[in-house]
Amino acid sequence: MSTTRTITFTLNGKKRDFQIAPGELLVKLLRRSGLTGTKEGCDEGTCGACTVNVDGRAVLSCIMPAFLAHGRNVVTIEGVGDFDRVHPIQQALVDAGAVQCGYCTPGLVMSAKAMFEENPAASDEDIRVHTDGNLCRCTGYEKIWTALRNVRDANKPAQA
Amino acid sequence: MAKKNFKVVNQPVKKLDALPLALGKPLFVADFKPADALYAKLLWSPHAHAIIKSIDISAAEKMPGVHCVLYHGNVPRIAHTTAGQGFPEPSPYDTFMFDRKVRYVGDRVAAVAAETPEIAEAAVKAIKVEYERLEPVLSIEAALKEGSPVIHDEPEARAVIPVPYEPKKNIAARVGMDVGNVEQAMAGAPYKLDNSYYIHMAQHCPIEPHVTMAHVNAEGRLVIRTSTQVPFHARRIAAQTMDIPVQQVRVIKPRIGGGFGAKQEVLLEDVVGMLAWRSRRPVLLMYTREEEFVSSRTRHPERIRVRLAADPEGTLTAVGLDCISNTGAYGAHALTVVCNSGSKVLPLYRAPNVHFTGTAVYTNLPVGGAYRGYGATQAAFAVESAVDELAEQIGVDPLVLRSNHHIRSGETSPVFAALGEGKAGVEQAIGSCGLDKCIRLGAKAIGWKKRGDWRKKKGRYRRGIGMCCLMQGSSIPEIDMGAASLKMNEDGSFNLLMGATDLGTGSDTVLAQIAAEAIGTTSDKILVYSSDTDMTPFDVGAYASSTTYLTGNAVLDAGLKIKKQILGVAAEMMEKKPADLEIRDAQVFARDGSGSVTFQDVALHSLYAANQFQIAAISSHISHKSPPPFAAHFAEVEVDTETGLIRVVKYVAATDCGTAIHPKLAEGQVEGAVMNGICYALTEQYLFNSAGRMLNDSFLHYKIYSMRDKPEMVTILVPTYEKTGPFGAKSVSEIGINGPCPAIANAIYNAVGVRLREAPFTPEKIWRGLQQHNA
Repeated sequence: MSTTRTITFTLNGKKRDFQIAPGELLVKLLRRSGLTGTKEGCDEGTCGACTVNVDGRAVLSCIMPAFLAHGRNVVTIEGVGDFDRVHPIQQALVDAGAVQCGYCTPGLVMSAKAMFEENPAASDEDIRVHTDGNLCRCTGYEKIWTALRNVRDANKPAQA
Repeated sequence: MAKKNFKVVNQPVKKLDALPLALGKPLFVADFKPADALYAKLLWSPHAHAIIKSIDISAAEKMPGVHCVLYHGNVPRIAHTTAGQGFPEPSPYDTFMFDRKVRYVGDRVAAVAAETPEIAEAAVKAIKVEYERLEPVLSIEAALKEGSPVIHDEPEARAVIPVPYEPKKNIAARVGMDVGNVEQAMAGAPYKLDNSYYIHMAQHCPIEPHVTMAHVNAEGRLVIRTSTQVPFHARRIAAQTMDIPVQQVRVIKPRIGGGFGAKQEVLLEDVVGMLAWRSRRPVLLMYTREEEFVSSRTRHPERIRVRLAADPEGTLTAVGLDCISNTGAYGAHALTVVCNSGSKVLPLYRAPNVHFTGTAVYTNLPVGGAYRGYGATQAAFAVESAVDELAEQIGVDPLVLRSNHHIRSGETSPVFAALGEGKAGVEQAIGSCGLDKCIRLGAKAIGWKKRGDWRKKKGRYRRGIGMCCLMQGSSIPEIDMGAASLKMNEDGSFNLLMGATDLGTGSDTVLAQIAAEAIGTTSDKILVYSSDTDMTPFDVGAYASSTTYLTGNAVLDAGLKIKKQILGVAAEMMEKKPADLEIRDAQVFARDGSGSVTFQDVALHSLYAANQFQIAAISSHISHKSPPPFAAHFAEVEVDTETGLIRVVKYVAATDCGTAIHPKLAEGQVEGAVMNGICYALTEQYLFNSAGRMLNDSFLHYKIYSMRDKPEMVTILVPTYEKTGPFGAKSVSEIGINGPCPAIANAIYNAVGVRLREAPFTPEKIWRGLQQHNA
């Protein structure tokens, strides 16, 4: 269709052009671009599985039109870590036993990453508020809670 | 087998898939979508009960980009059940890929596969359907009324095993048992109660909705990648429904984004398979969240009558339970869920007189299915509430009443032999039982002694503590089978191939631990592949709390066979007798200290040196028992007496699951189940309009708990050793969800004296209860 247009944004550190369809949502664009780590769970901004970071903030990519990413800095789970460079949040979740089915995990990592980048010493209440939008049906949140507090506690000495 | 000298089992080893999942690697069904895949969309019934007078698909078929349209007129008409159970299934054959009649709002009418989701959506809208509306049946009471409309009047509807099935009366299943005479015991009893409870419909809410992808491969076979708990049942039932030979179908289960029973259902495999088979293009179908609520599966709501009687000493003399479940429009798991309401709850307390009936009725509402807890959740709410009520009547601490009556090691219950799944049950004596310790440790952790009497509590915010006891099972005895295949690689690693289905529980890791412990290596040397009907041996799948106990025994046996073969090769290499050798840390040592070989040496020798053969083994296991895990749950709540708002302050779950093969994962099972149970008790519910349409099909209006709602949780694992389980293990996955409804109901009563016999416990209900008090 001739109604596609080109936008440009930085994705996981690389500036790229994307052809987008009218009304296309960011999550659809990411997934069809091969970045399938961003998950779809509700398509209405209620479950948090699609969370990515846009200019350092946690954003629900299932309700963000792709064109709004134009000129901005988008980071997805693929840009956070890999087998040879596991991010401390990912490592903490793995170590605490907070990854059961793992479908909500990438979105949770992105919420936590945005929070800790803004405030490495996030309070318990910060953790509750910033991850409140990431639904998990497997863990009961207990081990996620432990993991994120461990990340915060590990951050503290660096602060001092 | 030594009980405690575990090297791998009972250790918090690395969960095999945790890191790849946390890194967001492509592991789930939709992540494998090829660029040329078509998108499928379904057309849903807008009516609760109607006959399709005509369908015109011509406009949809002509739309550019549309490749296939399916409806009842162009697919095989084969009665089947979507319940992913063993063959022949205990659920009635009352479902078709598409039917001429629709039976609930959200029933399947037609399917489209098209180049884009937008085209598929437009094509679905272009299908013209003329309905003749029938009177809907929207409650248990309406279904059982004389002269009620018959929901399944199709001639094909039938039970395929010899069980009562009366669709003309809207009855999908009936089961029952009697020991002694409950009526008589009630008649003369000084303490007795006869109460009715209602427990509601709910959805599993896996964060990954149902999703299936299918393509026809280069050999002309249909490959179905699907998020399922039951790959082998999915192959069998999808093949049956599509009328394609089983050998033409391959089902692959990648990682699953949660299931909780919803994915024990063969829901999309037939229609996606058929779309791919007809269009010869890959086809992907993923449910939206609304579809997951309405057109997936739910927990069967139940209306439950409990009768209890006790003698003058306060000893329980009779337990009677009559459960009527609402199976919705189709009878998926109708018989077995309501049967489990008896079989997984009644054996918990000793009483000479026991009565049970279970009835499942059809209604024009969303379809019931398997849901973690599987009938036990429903009945545990009723019975454990009633036990508290009886304790108050007798004037005894409900903890003491429970402690005095619960089943113990070495004891049996007539219920085990009477109630099976679609047939008689299997007699069993309880092996391990750590319930006493669960009660003791749980009571201490919650501060049971401080609970006090509600009549003495003052102030606007009042706290209360409640408890309950629970049991479940571990697999379906004499029915379920799990198999495992192990082979050794040349570096001393092993491939473990299983049909067992890790749906996020960590069973791949748990089973790798069992294999490693049996062989004498570490779990990181076990490469697990599950599940693929072309590659892995059969397994019934992930349900009935079976994987660790059932498949675990198959893995243990295969591991021991491998160990024997390794010792044989090493004996040849070392010129010793196998009996003179022992395995430690992936090495074979001569007991006399004269030498050793590594697993790698053994593997290389077996593959390349002399008398070459593949060190490999396959084992199958069927269970002869279903040893119950036990648990004691305690909830502390705070009730706002002005608004009825209730908050869970603290929740303690003490669980006896035998040996916890992986303690952290076992805790995770309990915590996840408990949290699910807490929001089920308080906020989750289906709201329908008068025409049977669900009004709250979104996480915005169907509230599941998030991080901020999490109360303080204490999880206690009480180790016991179940002799029939692998390294002493029993199940742990389901039991935890059964506790919050009764524990919270009992805590609310302890806080404010309001007894809620209808779940969920909304502020409105509590507030109304408080008003009645004050009146």
